Amino acid sequence: MSVLVFAENNSGQFKKAALEAVSYAAAIASTMQTNTIALVLGTMTDEVASQLGKYGAEKVIKLNDASLDVMEGHAYAKAIAAVATAEGSKVIVLANTYTGKAVAPRLAVKLSAGLAAGVVELPKMEGGFEVKRTVFSNKGFASLQLTSEVKVLSLTPNSYKLVESGAIATVENRSAAIEANDFKAKVLEVKKVTGKIPLTEAELVVSAGRGMKAAENWHLVEKLAGELGAATACSKPVSDMHWRPHDEHVGQTGITIKPNLYIAIGISGAIQHLAGVSGSKVIVAINTDKEAPFFKIADYGIVGDAFEVLPRLSAAVAKFKAAN
Amino acid sequence: MKILVCVSNVPDTTTKISFSPDNTQFNTAGVQYIINPYDELALTKALELNEAAGGGTVTAIHVGLADAEPNLRKALAVGADDAVRIDMMPVDGFQVAAEIAAYAKDKGFDLILCGRESIDYNSGIVPGMLAEFLDWPEANVITSIGISGNTAKIERDIDGGRESMELQMPFVASCQKEITEPRIPNMRGIMMARTKPLLVLAPQGSEAPAKVASYALPPAKAGCKFLDVNEVEKLVELLHTEAKVI
Repeated sequence: MSVLVFAENNSGQFKKAALEAVSYAAAIASTMQTNTIALVLGTMTDEVASQLGKYGAEKVIKLNDASLDVMEGHAYAKAIAAVATAEGSKVIVLANTYTGKAVAPRLAVKLSAGLAAGVVELPKMEGGFEVKRTVFSNKGFASLQLTSEVKVLSLTPNSYKLVESGAIATVENRSAAIEANDFKAKVLEVKKVTGKIPLTEAELVVSAGRGMKAAENWHLVEKLAGELGAATACSKPVSDMHWRPHDEHVGQTGITIKPNLYIAIGISGAIQHLAGVSGSKVIVAINTDKEAPFFKIADYGIVGDAFEVLPRLSAAVAKFKAAN
Repeated sequence: MKILVCVSNVPDTTTKISFSPDNTQFNTAGVQYIINPYDELALTKALELNEAAGGGTVTAIHVGLADAEPNLRKALAVGADDAVRIDMMPVDGFQVAAEIAAYAKDKGFDLILCGRESIDYNSGIVPGMLAEFLDWPEANVITSIGISGNTAKIERDIDGGRESMELQMPFVASCQKEITEPRIPNMRGIMMARTKPLLVLAPQGSEAPAKVASYALPPAKAGCKFLDVNEVEKLVELLHTEAKVI
């Protein structure tokens, strides 16, 4: 028996979402009184792989195969399922990233396992197996009961705190149980946005709406985001008017995020927008209308004009950063 | 091309969510149901692909009860040629995927298009599971698709970027915003939809390895602390010392 966690990597380095998944898996393994095995796909040094020990993995299995450097859902699921079966893994954890979203459903079918996608808490394991996930685009939670022998869980990024220790994991290199024709789709080109924090992984987010009046005013939003080290986001009308790219649209039909800090500027707070961001730990709303619905779910509010508040707030953050 | 589009029936995006007193059921009283917005994109894209190819059929499939039929008729009004409803109340996405796969496996579809997730349960697991049941390739969260012969080129969102991919038909793809604008039915479409076939089939009895045990609403917020426009430095201080997020 064991708990297996697939720790995805980006060009040989782990992402924070993967480390969170390892800590989460280790907590489950501890309750089940079993081991935590982390699985790494693609080329990576043993030294980097062994760092997963810090986050709770006792052993790291590495399928050091260059064909796995680029994610292909079918090949990944097959490789992970083979290891899960060999290690007798009863619980398999992934991060609910775009990679996790492509791999987890296939993996669950291969293992005849129930899948809880986008879990936000540790499972309850007394007399059954129940785990909490968000539903209705953050407007509610559901406790999902998994009744299959093997269970697959994908963890929402920024939902579980990293647990660090000084431990180092042993690393075992194995060959992947895949063949060339397991790569059913052929990746032609990968374009990573550089110098920008991906919104889904950001801890701090600065978001703006129609209150910014025009696309060319966004430098004020970017300035504040730059000072904070935050990602930028926007409301639906803003992406619909093509002021900002669609991948910045947060809300019920955009992306759902749960950063530590969400600053909403000139966004009134339509129910569909609030659904996508209400999981944020702390919300700051800045709006000219003191009746704006956003203030109902905000922790801090400023009733004021974005063009007046933004430059001042950027300056205040710069001053704070310089002093700390 | 022969295209299957998976259609989910979901509460309208303006719905206030509430649950039964014992928190085991979603409270459907007064809730308006719509076609899942991402599935509307999948349906429109399917029609566009066939228009570009100069022919083909689009079948809309739904796993659920008869109360979803108005939205299946809407899919027919938008332009689907026929609709299929698997008559059961599914318990989880695994079961939905298993039922659709059982229907689709011997029908000769070239392509199955889905939305990237439903806006009610948000799991986004049906497309990948369907591909695995059928042993087909899959591309999730696609933002564009072009087909030439038997080969499709797609673009999809990945963590921190975008990638392009080539797939051979048949395959499953799940649609993300940006792929197209949803088509709205016109009067002629609505009239024609009345007589288009809507087939109701019995389920295969596939298992559901997961089910919702209970629901909960998010905890209420303590209330908003208001600051003056001149107090931005105090806000930064509070975010550091009180909220501890910077």
